[in-house]
Amino acid sequence: MASLEIRDLRFTYEDLVMRFDLDAEAGECIGVIGPSGAGKSTLLSLIGGFERPLGGTIRVDGRDITSLPPSERPVTSLFQDFNLFPHLTVADNVGLGRNPGLKLNMADREHVALALRQVGLAGFEARLPGQLSGGERQRVALARSLIRHRPLLLLDEPYAALGPALRIEMLELTDRLRKAEGLTVLLVTHDPSEATRIAGRTAFVSEGRVVLFDRTDAVLASPLPQVRQYLGG
Amino acid sequence: MTRIGLAVAALIVAAVLADYVALLWGASGTDLASLAADSYLRHVIGFTILQATLSALLALLGAIPAARALARQSDFPGRQLILQFCALPMVMPSVAAIFGIVAIYGRSGYLAGLAAQLGSGWMPNIYGLTGILIAHVFFNLPLAIRLLLPAWGTVPAESWRLAAQLGMNSRQIFRLIELPLLRQYVPAAFAFVFILCFLSFAVVLTLGGGPRATTLEVAIYQALRMDFDLARGGALALLQTLICLLLVGVAWAVSRRLDFGRGVLNAGIRMDGAGRGAQLRDFATIALAIAFVALPIVALLFDGLRGLLVARFDAGPTARATLVTLALGLPSGIIATALGYAIAAAVDRLRRRRGAVMLIGAAGLSGIIASPMAIGAGITLGLTGRVDLFAIAPVGVIAMNALLTLPFATGVLLPAIARINQQYDRLCAGLGLSGWNRFRVVDWPLLRRSIGLACGLASAAAMGDLTAIALFGNPSLTNLTLLLYQQIAAYRLDSASGTALILLALCLGTFAAIERGVGFRGVS
Repeated sequence: MASLEIRDLRFTYEDLVMRFDLDAEAGECIGVIGPSGAGKSTLLSLIGGFERPLGGTIRVDGRDITSLPPSERPVTSLFQDFNLFPHLTVADNVGLGRNPGLKLNMADREHVALALRQVGLAGFEARLPGQLSGGERQRVALARSLIRHRPLLLLDEPYAALGPALRIEMLELTDRLRKAEGLTVLLVTHDPSEATRIAGRTAFVSEGRVVLFDRTDAVLASPLPQVRQYLGG
Repeated sequence: MTRIGLAVAALIVAAVLADYVALLWGASGTDLASLAADSYLRHVIGFTILQATLSALLALLGAIPAARALARQSDFPGRQLILQFCALPMVMPSVAAIFGIVAIYGRSGYLAGLAAQLGSGWMPNIYGLTGILIAHVFFNLPLAIRLLLPAWGTVPAESWRLAAQLGMNSRQIFRLIELPLLRQYVPAAFAFVFILCFLSFAVVLTLGGGPRATTLEVAIYQALRMDFDLARGGALALLQTLICLLLVGVAWAVSRRLDFGRGVLNAGIRMDGAGRGAQLRDFATIALAIAFVALPIVALLFDGLRGLLVARFDAGPTARATLVTLALGLPSGIIATALGYAIAAAVDRLRRRRGAVMLIGAAGLSGIIASPMAIGAGITLGLTGRVDLFAIAPVGVIAMNALLTLPFATGVLLPAIARINQQYDRLCAGLGLSGWNRFRVVDWPLLRRSIGLACGLASAAAMGDLTAIALFGNPSLTNLTLLLYQQIAAYRLDSASGTALILLALCLGTFAAIERGVGFRGVS
């Protein structure tokens, strides 16, 4: 379980000047919504360590991780797609989370099998990503995040490409894993119903800032013009 | 246009077929048993394959780290310039480049001079396998870099982020991501470079230095021009084609595809290339590769200027050779461009018609499998005794060079024509624009930049080619490449230096003049 604390995190992309503040309590799931190009993905990239901020701090459980390389952060990022290497088997793709050089011993292999069982893919070890459906591929990526034991999980529209029923199934799986492993989750989404389903609180991001951060139902019902314009109706 | 293109393609296939009929006819007198028992021939075949294998291996061994370094450092000033520089050896006249190589690595070159100054008695011997390998790596290392570099572009940004998140180090990234990637691209690049070296003529003729280091392409030339044994020349050309077909087939079979798919993120900066150590290593690798290619070019420029200004300089023959170069190169470039345009236009129209595509594909393929010398041998065999070869020599050179540069022209024009058709076909149909009117109003203004590029490339390539002029040339038909070859072969390096610079300047100048002249006011 780990808390997240973001203070005055600054970054510029083209003309957009971004400045983020956000707090997450240990073990909670936070939704991140807002229009395209508002900086939602950039926020996740900054936390994951893929972009370098101009200033500000990111703390996890009080520890400043702002200048750590991605692999040393207590964070796992899941992208919308391409979370797997196409030429490696499911077991190897998950095993990378144990050892980035794929030097895996028997115990590692057992951990891989266990993680695959947790995401409902027992026995899929030898398959290649090309033989899996989109939902199964994201399950493999989730299995890898489990095996890495990082307390913070960042999801950047991970299920946007899936059909409605499958999306609900994956969200529920994510929520189960969060509770079982004590993960703190940030979920970027364009679909308010996704946030309602698993996020207790939601941050609304607009033009590079968190303009509203409250209980999800309160955010979705907010009379703020940006929110109304984004949600429509 | 479509019908003309099909006719041109059919004509080329027919010409190549006629060429082989002539070869078969001419070679039918050879005794196959004696050919098989010919130990010299066996040596030539063995050497041809050996030098091509070593050349391709060395070129790729240099190109893989250089391409990897360029891929990893995807954003530094001058990178685009380096990539453009990598195209230079492909378009510069091969004999001029060979002069630069001799000026660096030859017996009286800069390297030998440096060794002497350091008090070492070491004397480089460039003639033979060593020189052939140096020259082939010079030409093909930059080519291989350009062939391999797109491989890295196929990896989605997500994969590099994933590698950073998982903490993969440089070696693990190479083993787990880049090696599987290269396994897909390297066989094709190897096969391409191998075939170029397998059919290499100017390099082997100039730097081979004797029967010990001769390839099939040179052996055909010697049979035709030195021994006047047309039947043997024909038989060798057939043998060469067979081996080449076999190699292309093998290359086809070993290439395989690996699809990473397209990422949704913007191109990601590689995190493993950001550290000081990695940057230092990468820039050193790039500098080393560039230096190897740049040194002979710099030597050529430097010696050439000195040769023109200081040394004795045969003004008369050089001036005549310059005129011959232009008189043979320009028509050849224009013909290649016109034929290439017709073929490219037809290809774009007939994408869905299998038979037409196969015919055009065969025309393109024949330019790869039939070596320049095999084409020349067929022309020689077919025409000997029927017409005066001496009198039609200029036509022979122009025709052969037009055929050999056709793939360049088609390659440049095809994507441009496809784009224009896709954008404006409906509009033209709606306005009733077709035929000559459409060409005048739509195609020519929109395509003249590509046409200028194609014509400039084809003309410069024809002017720098040694194969056709070596086969058909004579004392009254000598262009700059042939003159330069003769000067290098006679060790008259002082005269050669000036000739080499003039040839280089003429080729690049012609390229620029045509590209700018035709492309001027063209729409980009």
